[in-house]
Amino acid sequence: MATQHSRSSARLMMAPAVVLLLGWMLVPLTMTLYFSFKKYLPLRGGDLGWVGFDNYARFLTSSAFWPSVQTTLVIVGGVLAITVVLGIFLAILLNQPMWGQGMVRILVIAPFFVMPTVSALVWKNMFMDPNYGLLAHLWKLFGATPVEWLSQASLPSIIMIVSWQWLPFATLILLTAIQSLDSEQLEAAEMDGALAHKRFAYITLPHLGRAITVVILIQTIFLLSIFAEIFVTTGGAFGTKTLSYLIFQRVLESQNVGLGSAGGVYAIILANIVAYFLVRIVGKNLDA
Amino acid sequence: MGRITLDKVSKSFGDVEVIPPLDLTIEDGEFTVFVGPSGCGKSTLLRLIAGLEDITSGQIRIDGADATNVPPAKRGLAMVFQSYALYPHMTVRKNIAFPMKMAGIDQAEQDRRIDAAAKALNLTDYLDRRPGQLSGGQRQRVAIGRAIVREPAAFLFDEPLSNLDAALRVGMRLEISELHERLKTTMIYVTHDQVEAMTMADKIVVLQAGVIEQVGSPLDLYERPCNKFVAGFIGSPKMNFIEGEEAAELGATTIGIRPEHISISTTEGQWKGTVGVAEHLGSDTFLYIHSDVSPSETMTVRVDGEFSARHGDTVYLTPRAERIHKFGADGLRIE
Ligand SMILES: Nc1ncnc2c1ncn2[C@@H]1O[C@H](COP(=O)(O)OP(=O)(O)O)[C@@H](O)[C@H]1O
Ligand SMILES: [Mg+2]
Repeated sequence: MATQHSRSSARLMMAPAVVLLLGWMLVPLTMTLYFSFKKYLPLRGGDLGWVGFDNYARFLTSSAFWPSVQTTLVIVGGVLAITVVLGIFLAILLNQPMWGQGMVRILVIAPFFVMPTVSALVWKNMFMDPNYGLLAHLWKLFGATPVEWLSQASLPSIIMIVSWQWLPFATLILLTAIQSLDSEQLEAAEMDGALAHKRFAYITLPHLGRAITVVILIQTIFLLSIFAEIFVTTGGAFGTKTLSYLIFQRVLESQNVGLGSAGGVYAIILANIVAYFLVRIVGKNLDA
Repeated sequence: MGRITLDKVSKSFGDVEVIPPLDLTIEDGEFTVFVGPSGCGKSTLLRLIAGLEDITSGQIRIDGADATNVPPAKRGLAMVFQSYALYPHMTVRKNIAFPMKMAGIDQAEQDRRIDAAAKALNLTDYLDRRPGQLSGGQRQRVAIGRAIVREPAAFLFDEPLSNLDAALRVGMRLEISELHERLKTTMIYVTHDQVEAMTMADKIVVLQAGVIEQVGSPLDLYERPCNKFVAGFIGSPKMNFIEGEEAAELGATTIGIRPEHISISTTEGQWKGTVGVAEHLGSDTFLYIHSDVSPSETMTVRVDGEFSARHGDTVYLTPRAERIHKFGADGLRIE
């Protein structure tokens, strides 16, 4: 019963969570906005007073800004494409009855439990190292010169590492969606004369629409702010500097808190633009 | 054309033999009903005919041609599923058009068939809706529409009415019978409801545990059930079975008498009993009677709606001699 009483007590009980969340969000946001209007150089004089929109203008006109936005979008787009396509493929495979299904499913999910820093280090040293890496050995096996992955193909390498991390998530969500597909629908389509690829296109894929939307939206949120994978592998060199990495460099390497904060505000704006378009494009799958 | 012949067809799932080898012929244009208790293998048998399950041994022939290894789409059969299996993201029109689109039929012909089916099934106003926006009966009709437009050699229905409420069920039953009269296409209809079987079928196939107990017209099965199982399964309310002395007198282990073939009197008759529950349906009344001739189960008697009897009244029952069914120790009918 949603009486006056139970509603007010519900509010009371939710209050700690709400206050905590607001604090978590509002305090950093306010501080970011506050610093973005200041010239604040911790090691070179500290707080040097208000500067208006100076930081914003400087961040936007710096030569690194637009490339970093582009890099961010390429990484997000690349990882999304790979994880969704491979995720659908793996989900269909894992949905087939096979021996050791439970074990295989756990193995597939495993990468998700590896910390980003660790997985990036593993990829960097064990796979992509041009001298000792597995890939280097593979290349040598066929008599080819090993690729220096992280400098010659830096962006694809990072996309590969991040995709490897996020593929389990996409697979898991898509697998549960596939399992909820009524098998009679597929049988009806089979009787209606639809071959396997048509059944996939007309029945399975539309059924997965909502799950794909969820995967895209959630992954985008996290992918816009990837950091560890870049920090550990290329350190932002070779055209892998994303917006969040650029901000990190401004604040910690150049020790310019004001400039970095302005960049942070741009990052918020970029995230909102991306979110707006995403919701326009795929969000309609979520209603009804 | 749609003559379907099953020749020693059997089906096992792993070690479990769900359908032991069986023979069955379904004639062209016939309305055949598979009836039997839940889990007896009716759906499995239908799916074998459809090609959705592979048969373990035996042969299926459609119009004389071996169809055992023909894929479902090529058998020329259309199936209506219990869950309707409509495509939820497509409109009614697209659902109905789907099999024609897969077959590459041109748009004009598609539209013609869709319109004809929609008109016949009262769906014209709903063609642009999605299945989720339709009632159960309408969804059922869309599923039938999707089957009709293929112009199949035979229709397969798997308990199509079991998800509908009682009133709608009667209506759809008539519509499907009507459809059969109009199209004259072979139909195979699976149900666990013997009333549906009796009212719709040209031919009833009674199944138990994957075995065909009897094949025949509804009246055949009603008048001359070949064993106790069929006798008990066909007819509503159920046939009364009496064992012991009364049966032995007639040279049988068990005798059966239907509730509508017993006359009742308050003064005299063959068997004495007391009235238990009375169910008044208006036109008829079903009396459940405790009697010494059938100590383990109450006997059911159908009487006129006007007959008044109260709980605990003493009554006398007299079976109509020519309507008594006799069964031997093996459960088979004795003539
Ligand atoms: N795919 C399957 N795997 C194993 N056993 C099955 C399968 N399908 C059906 N069965 C078994 O076959 C028997 C008959 O099932 P079914 O044909 O669905 O019965 P009905 O339709 O008459 O209720 C049941 O005992 C069921 O458990
Ligand atoms: Mg069934």
